Amino acid sequence: MPKLIFITSDKQEYAVEAQSGVSAMEAALDNLVPGIDGDCGGVAACGTCHVYVDQTWLAKTGAAQEGIEQDMLSLTDNAGASSRLSCQIIMSDELDGLVLTMPESQH
Amino acid sequence: MNANTLDAELAKSLPLEDFDVSQTELFARNGLHPYFERLRREDPVHYCKDSIYGPYWSITKYRDIVDIDTNHKVFSSDVSVGAFVLDDTTLNAVDGAMYLPNFLGMDPPTHDVHRMAVSPIVAPQNLLRFEKLIRERTSEVLDSLPIGEEFNWVDLVSIELTTMMLATLLAFPLEDRRKLTRWSDIVTTRPGYGLVDSWEQREAELLECLAYFQRLYDERKALPPRPDLISMLAHAPTMQDLTATDFLGMLVLLIVGGNDTTRSSMSGGALACHLYPDEFTKVKNNPSLLASMVPEIVRWQTPIAHMRRTALEDVEFRGKQIRKGDKVVMWYLSGNRDDEVIDRPMDFIADRPRARQHLSFGFGIHRCLGNRLAELQLKVLWEEATKRYSRIEVVGEPTRVPSNLINGFIDMQVRLHV
Repeated sequence: MPKLIFITSDKQEYAVEAQSGVSAMEAALDNLVPGIDGDCGGVAACGTCHVYVDQTWLAKTGAAQEGIEQDMLSLTDNAGASSRLSCQIIMSDELDGLVLTMPESQH
Repeated sequence: MNANTLDAELAKSLPLEDFDVSQTELFARNGLHPYFERLRREDPVHYCKDSIYGPYWSITKYRDIVDIDTNHKVFSSDVSVGAFVLDDTTLNAVDGAMYLPNFLGMDPPTHDVHRMAVSPIVAPQNLLRFEKLIRERTSEVLDSLPIGEEFNWVDLVSIELTTMMLATLLAFPLEDRRKLTRWSDIVTTRPGYGLVDSWEQREAELLECLAYFQRLYDERKALPPRPDLISMLAHAPTMQDLTATDFLGMLVLLIVGGNDTTRSSMSGGALACHLYPDEFTKVKNNPSLLASMVPEIVRWQTPIAHMRRTALEDVEFRGKQIRKGDKVVMWYLSGNRDDEVIDRPMDFIADRPRARQHLSFGFGIHRCLGNRLAELQLKVLWEEATKRYSRIEVVGEPTRVPSNLINGFIDMQVRLHV
């Protein structure tokens, strides 16, 4: 199973395992990672699972997708070029070791 | 036959084509759920051919509502093509009503500019700043309530706390704060519902609101920027060409959004605690459950019963043909009771798993701006209330607001037990 690491704004690290095919947001919720709420259940419609993708990983995850993900991020505090909604990052072996940092503003 | 049995019977026997769930009497007597239940089962995307607001579509299932809410390119909120509430008279200059434009009634890109001008007021840093103040005020209000005697919870708790909060956000003179309550109430009403007698009266009062805020605006424009909504508007580079009409439109959105909503959740929470006393006790014994109790209150009450969109093109949705210009109503109140998504949806369950998944704040670009602040106010209220009381008893039937938008209460007689 691919592993991923969430780093909170106060530098706490949460290493979790995710099944291939589930989103990073769901992996966070399943492992009670604080700072990821996922209120909309994974359809990029609430902006409560905002993360920054570590630069070295951005090519693999891709940038935020045009449409509702970009629309929501444009209204989210402190969103930037490496911002994604983690519900739109689907885990796979290719993303084993992925590092996601959380913004201060989520909580 | 009491009202609830009557609606349960009617919802079974009435032909679907005669359903009109927008009737305010249904809200006033809390009779809607049997109708919504049948619509979700038999005709989840329902066309009402005639109502006092004209024909409209009802979207009643959770997932369908999310689909409409996130498809703002087809289902528009823009005031130029309609409104974001079913009743056009709330925000448009029709039938004697006033034009009140604001960013909830805008599509991107203008929407984003206006929303971003005020959104910093509820940024996390500001919420931290507010928490202490909210706790002091909440404690003070609760400590002043009588024990074992009936009083109106809506007036002494819900209105008092939310209006003080709104006054703080606006840096509005506290001694005049009940003006905010009044203006909030008259925005979402029509003549004949007990608040105003004529359109002229509603307009005159809203113009008083504008004049009052114009003074505050002018004062703050002359001073350095401060972290209150009026100062933020006065100094935002993107808001410098705001007309008086735009300003009033923005004000009514901030006033209603920041007032009626949390007010209804505070009242609905008291009713939930009365109807489900074991859930109240659970939280009293384990305050960590506030994290799920608060979103559960917001779901169970659903303070905004609906939001409306207008179709910008002909579109097929779940096998129904929606035409360009049609009114499409997302009934959050129904979607939040959809048992395909929410387990035992009629019940209030303080420790509900994934309680944050509900429709009450809407989804997509128009999602509630102040949801974190609302949750903070509710968390503090129920944290302080569970510390002080063993039970909250609602005496008699509460009086509900006769509105298909504001799902709230006018009067709720409560007796507190220590």
